[in-house]
Amino acid sequence: MPEPTPPEYQLPGAARTPQNGAVADTGMGGAMDLATAEGETLERPPDAGPPERDAEGDAEGAAGERARSLWSDAWRELRRNPVFIVAALVILFLVFISLWPGSITWMSPLKCELSKAQEGSQPGHPFGFDGQGCDVYTRVVYGARTSVTVGFLATLGVALLGSVLGGLAGFFGGAGDSVLSRITDIFFAIPVVLGGLVLLSVVTSNTVWPVIGFMVLLGWPQISRIARGSVITAKQHDYVQAARALGASHSRVLLRHITPNAVAPVIVVATIALGTYISLEATLSYLGVGLKPPTVSWGIDISAASPYIRNAPHALLWPSGALAVTVLAFIMLGDAVRDALDPKLR
Amino acid sequence: MGRYVVRRLLQMIPVFIGATLLIFLMVNVMGDPVAGLCGDRQCDPATAAQLRKEFGLDKPVWQQYLTYLGNIFTGDFGTAFNGQPVTELMASAFPVTVRLTIVAILFEIVIGIVLGVVTGLRRGRPVDTGVLLLTLVVISVPTFVTGLLLQLLLGVEWGWIKPSVSTEATFGELIVPGLVLASVSLAYVTRLTRTSIAENKRSDYVRTAVAKGLPRRRVVTRHLLRNSLIPVVTFIGTDIGALMGGAIVTERIFNIHGVGYQLYQGILRQNTQTVVGFVTVLVLVFLVANLLVDLLYAVLDPRIRYA
Amino acid sequence: MRGATHARWAALAAAAALTATACGGQASGAGDGGAVLSSSWGDPQNPLEPANTNEVQGGKVLDMIFRSLKKYNPQTGAAEDMLAEKIDTKDSQNFTITVKDGWTFSNGEKVTAKSFVDAWNYGASLKNNQKTAYFFQYIDGYAQVHPETGKQTAAALSGLKVVDDRTFTVRLTQKFSTFPDTLGYPAFAPLPQSFFSDHAGWLKKPVGNGPYAIDSYTKGSQMVLKKWDGYPGDDKAQNGGVTLKVYTDNNTAYTDLLAGNLDVVDDVPAAQLKNVKADLGDRYLNTPAGIIQTLAFPFYDPKWNTAGSAKVRTGLSRAIDRKQITETIFQKTRTPATDWTSPVLGAEGGFKAGLCGDACDYDPVAAKQLIKEGGGLPGGQVKISYNADAGSHKQWVDAVCNSINNALDNEKACVGNPVGTFADFRTQIGERKMSGPFRAGWQMDYPLIQNFLQPLYYTNASSNDGKWSNKQFDSLVNQANTETDSAKAVQLFQQAEGVVRDNMAAIPLWYQNGSAGYSERLSDVKLNPFSVPVYDEIKVG
Repeated sequence: MPEPTPPEYQLPGAARTPQNGAVADTGMGGAMDLATAEGETLERPPDAGPPERDAEGDAEGAAGERARSLWSDAWRELRRNPVFIVAALVILFLVFISLWPGSITWMSPLKCELSKAQEGSQPGHPFGFDGQGCDVYTRVVYGARTSVTVGFLATLGVALLGSVLGGLAGFFGGAGDSVLSRITDIFFAIPVVLGGLVLLSVVTSNTVWPVIGFMVLLGWPQISRIARGSVITAKQHDYVQAARALGASHSRVLLRHITPNAVAPVIVVATIALGTYISLEATLSYLGVGLKPPTVSWGIDISAASPYIRNAPHALLWPSGALAVTVLAFIMLGDAVRDALDPKLR
Repeated sequence: MGRYVVRRLLQMIPVFIGATLLIFLMVNVMGDPVAGLCGDRQCDPATAAQLRKEFGLDKPVWQQYLTYLGNIFTGDFGTAFNGQPVTELMASAFPVTVRLTIVAILFEIVIGIVLGVVTGLRRGRPVDTGVLLLTLVVISVPTFVTGLLLQLLLGVEWGWIKPSVSTEATFGELIVPGLVLASVSLAYVTRLTRTSIAENKRSDYVRTAVAKGLPRRRVVTRHLLRNSLIPVVTFIGTDIGALMGGAIVTERIFNIHGVGYQLYQGILRQNTQTVVGFVTVLVLVFLVANLLVDLLYAVLDPRIRYA
Repeated sequence: MRGATHARWAALAAAAALTATACGGQASGAGDGGAVLSSSWGDPQNPLEPANTNEVQGGKVLDMIFRSLKKYNPQTGAAEDMLAEKIDTKDSQNFTITVKDGWTFSNGEKVTAKSFVDAWNYGASLKNNQKTAYFFQYIDGYAQVHPETGKQTAAALSGLKVVDDRTFTVRLTQKFSTFPDTLGYPAFAPLPQSFFSDHAGWLKKPVGNGPYAIDSYTKGSQMVLKKWDGYPGDDKAQNGGVTLKVYTDNNTAYTDLLAGNLDVVDDVPAAQLKNVKADLGDRYLNTPAGIIQTLAFPFYDPKWNTAGSAKVRTGLSRAIDRKQITETIFQKTRTPATDWTSPVLGAEGGFKAGLCGDACDYDPVAAKQLIKEGGGLPGGQVKISYNADAGSHKQWVDAVCNSINNALDNEKACVGNPVGTFADFRTQIGERKMSGPFRAGWQMDYPLIQNFLQPLYYTNASSNDGKWSNKQFDSLVNQANTETDSAKAVQLFQQAEGVVRDNMAAIPLWYQNGSAGYSERLSDVKLNPFSVPVYDEIKVG
C-alpha cells in the first residue's frame, strides 16, 4: 500500500520545474513513484500543501483528468531535454527533405552517366557517383522520402499492433494468451522471402502501403512477445496489486500503471527495428516484390553499393550514414520519451 | 508447472497443422515450379506433365496436403527436385545451423549483456556513447558488407581464419560467422539490457541490497541483472527463428550449407516439400524456445507463476 | 600468420598427393601428375543423368566422367571424333556409326554400340523424365516414345538399330546434315549396364568412361574425382584428380582463392572484376564462350507486333550504349554483340561480325528518330523484365535503361521490372504474360550456328520465348538443314539471320565470356567454349 510522499526523499540532482514543485519524487522505486504521481494533481499550485492523497482517492477520482497528468508531465519533461530537441530537429529536417527534396538539390536522381560510374567526389557532385554513374548526393536526398516513410510507418504500425495485442495477452493471460502466442509462433515460422514473394506479388500498386502493410504483418509478433513479457513482469509489481485491490478497472490498471512501466523494451526494439525495416524494403525490392524501379531509396542504394565496397566505398557510406543518422535520431527520441515516462530517472 | 508444460506441448499439435497448411498454401500460390526446371527454355509439355504427376502437382491442393501430412507421419518428408530426400537435406543442414545459432546466441548473451550492463550503469558516459555508435554502424551497414570485410581482413589479409567454413563446420570455424550473424541482434540485446538496467538500478530492492552492504558485484549480478533480463530473454527467444531460418546472407558469405540456404533455394525453386519440411521443423523449434522463455520468466522473477 | 596458413596448405596438399598416389596404385609419369586440385562448383539442380542435365554445374561433371562419340575441341570448338571411329551417311538422314575398339567404362565394362543405343533410348523415353529428351527429337520414333500428349506407345526409338558390337544405325525423321556434330553434347553419352540395373546406386556414385572417375560424392557439399588410370583416350588427365567444392556464392569462392584454399574459380563475381588484375595478376582468364545475351519481345502482344514496331525495336537497340556498359558494368567480360551468334563459332562456323550493321550501333539521334517513326514506345514506357534471383541482371538492366533514357531524353522511357524467381519468370513467359522486352540468354548446346538460330527464332521452337514467327526465316532454316555442304548451309543460316536483323526479332546485347581465376600452383588452365575449365589439361605444381 503506497503511502503519502515525504518530500525530503527527493532524488539528489533531479531536475524539477519551479512552477510545479509538486511533482513527487519519492526516490522509493517505481511503485511509490507512480502511485504518488497519480495521487497528485500536477496543476495544483505549489502552495496547496503536501500531497496526501493516495491511490485510494485516485481510484475514485476523476480518472480522465488525472490520466492526462502523467503524460503532460512527461511532455513537460521532454521539452526541456536537449537530447529530445536535437532528435526532434533531425527528424524535422528529414521530414523537410522528404517533402521538398528539390530544395537542397539541383539534379534529378534518375540522371545517370555510366561513364562516371564509381567516381569520387568532384565539384557539383560532393558525394561522388554510384555504380550506375548516378549522383550519390542527389539520390541520398531523394531517397529520404521512401525510406523515412517506410521505416517510420512500419515501425509505428508494428509497435502499436504488437504492443496492444501482446500487452492484452500478457495482462489477461489464459486462453487468449495461448491462442495469440501460438499465432505468433506460426508467424515467426513464415520466412520473409516466402512471405514477400507470395503476399506482395499479388499486389500491383506501386505505393509504399503494401510494403508497410507487409512489414507490419510479419513484424508484429516480435514486439508482441516483448510487450507480453514486460507486461507479465509489470503486473507482478506491488503498485499494480494495490491498484487492483482497490478496485481499479482493467483499463485503468493497464493504461496508468502497467503501460508506462512496460513500454521501455518496446521503444528500444522499435527504434532499432526502424533501421532494419529501411533495409528490408531494399530486400523486397531486390526480390522484385517491393517498390518497383525507378524508386529511389537508401535501402536500394545501400544494397546496390554493397558488393562494390572494395572499389567505391563512398557509394555505400553516404546512404548508410543517412540511415544511421535517422536511426540515431529515433533512438535518441525513444530514449528521451522513455526517460520522461520514468519518474525514477528524474 | 508440470501440467502447464504438458498443456503447452499439446498446443503444438494445432500450431503444427496450422503452420504446415499455411506454408503449403503459400508455396502453392507461387505458381508452377516445373516451369523453372528446364532452364532458359520451355519444358516440353509431355515431360512437364510427367514431372507434375511425379511430384503430385496434378492433384487438388487439399489432396496434396493430406498426402503430404500422411507421409510426414511415416517419416517421409518427400524429395527435393534434385532427387534428394528432404530428410537427407535436413540431416545435413540442421546440425550446422544449430551450431551456428548456438555460437550467435552465446555472443548475444555474453557480449550483448556485458555491454548492456556496462552502458546501463554508465549512462551518458563515453563508453555508452561509443557503444551507441557501434550499434548504429551495425544497423546501417548491411551484414553482407561487414561479413565480406571481416572475411577479406581476417581470411585473406591476416590469414587468421579460413574464409569459408568447411563441410564439418566445427564450432571454431563458426566463431566469425556467428559474430556476423549475431551483430544486429547484439544491438538489440545491448540496448534492451541497458534500458532495463538503467530502469532497475533505482528500484527498492537494489537500494536495499546496497544498503545491506552487499558487494557491488553481487548487487549487479544477483539483484539487478536477474530482474532486468526478462525483456532480453524474450527477445532472444524470438530471435532464434531469425537466426536459424534467416541466416541466408551469413550462410552465403561463409559458404555454410545450412537451413537458411536450403530454405531460400527451396522457396526460389518453389519446392513445396523442402520448404514445408524445413519450416515445420522450425515451427517446432520456436514452440520449444518460447516454452523455455516462458518458463524462464518464472525463474527470473519468482512472482510469476504458472499453474 | 599468412605463412602459417600457406605451410598448412602445403602440408594438406602433400597429404592429398600421397593418398592420391597410394590409391592410384601406379605413379604417373609427370612430376606432380598425382597432385589433386580443387575447384568451385554449384550444386546440380537435377540428378546427374546425362540426358537430365541442362545446366553448367552438372555439365561440368559429365564433361569429366563421360566421353561421347564426338568431343568439342576445347580451343576451337570444332566437333572431333572421340569414340566414333566413323559416322557414315549418304543422304544426311540415315547414319551408320562405328564405335572405336578398346574403350571401357571405369568399372571395366566395355563401351559398345548397345551402351549408346540403350542410353539414348533411356534419354528419349517419356517415363524417365529426362529434361533434355528433345535432343533425340530428330530420331525416328521419337513421337511414339515421347508423345506430346497421351501415353507413350513404344519403349525404344525405332530409328536406332544395333548392328553388331561396335556398329549401330540412326534413322532421322528429316535431313539434318550437321547431326553428327551435335553428338558431343553430354545427352548423347554412353551408359554402363549398372545405370539400368542399379539406378539409385549409380546416381549416388555415377560411373562413366571419361578421364576421371568419381571417388566420392557428398550431395550438396563436394565431389572428389580421381584420375582414372585406365582411361584409353588421348586426353588423359594431367593431374591426380579434382575436388569440386560446392559454393553457394561465387564471391566466397573468389575469397577462398585469394586465401589459398581453392585452386580454380570458374566464375569471377562481377563486383570483383575491377580488382581481379590486382588480386590475381595474369592468373585470370577471360575467354569467349558460346553465350549471347539478348532482349526478346512479346510478339503475341499486338502493341509489339505492329508495322512500325520493328523500327521501335531497332531504335531501342540503337539507344543502348553497349560499349560503355560492357566496359563499366562487366569490365570487358562481355563484348558488344554485332550479330546473333557467338564468336566461338569462328567465321567458318557462321559467326559474322557486323552482320547487325547500324542497327547495333549506339546513336541517340537515330534512336530517337526511329522510335518516333515507328509510332513511339508502346504505352510510352518500356519495362525490361528479368529474374532477380540470380546473377547481376539488375545492374545491366538498370544500365541499359539509363542508356535508353539518356538517349531519348526521357527519364521514364525505360524501367527494369524484376521478377522474384526464375520459375515465376519462366511461367510468365510460358503463359505469354510479358508486356515488354525481357531478358533472354542463350548458352549454346553445341557450337553450330543452327543452335543459335533455330531453337530461338523458328516458329514455335522450344526457346522461341517471344513467339516470333516469320515464314521467310523458317524456310531458310529448313533449306539450310537439308544442305549437305556445310559452307552453303552456313550461308543459308546467315541469310536467315539477316531476316532476324531486318525485323529486329530480338535485340542482341553482348557476347558473354567465360572468366576464371586460378592459384599459383596451377598451369595450363583453359576454359572451353562452354566456359567450363578444361580440367584434364591442368597441371599442378
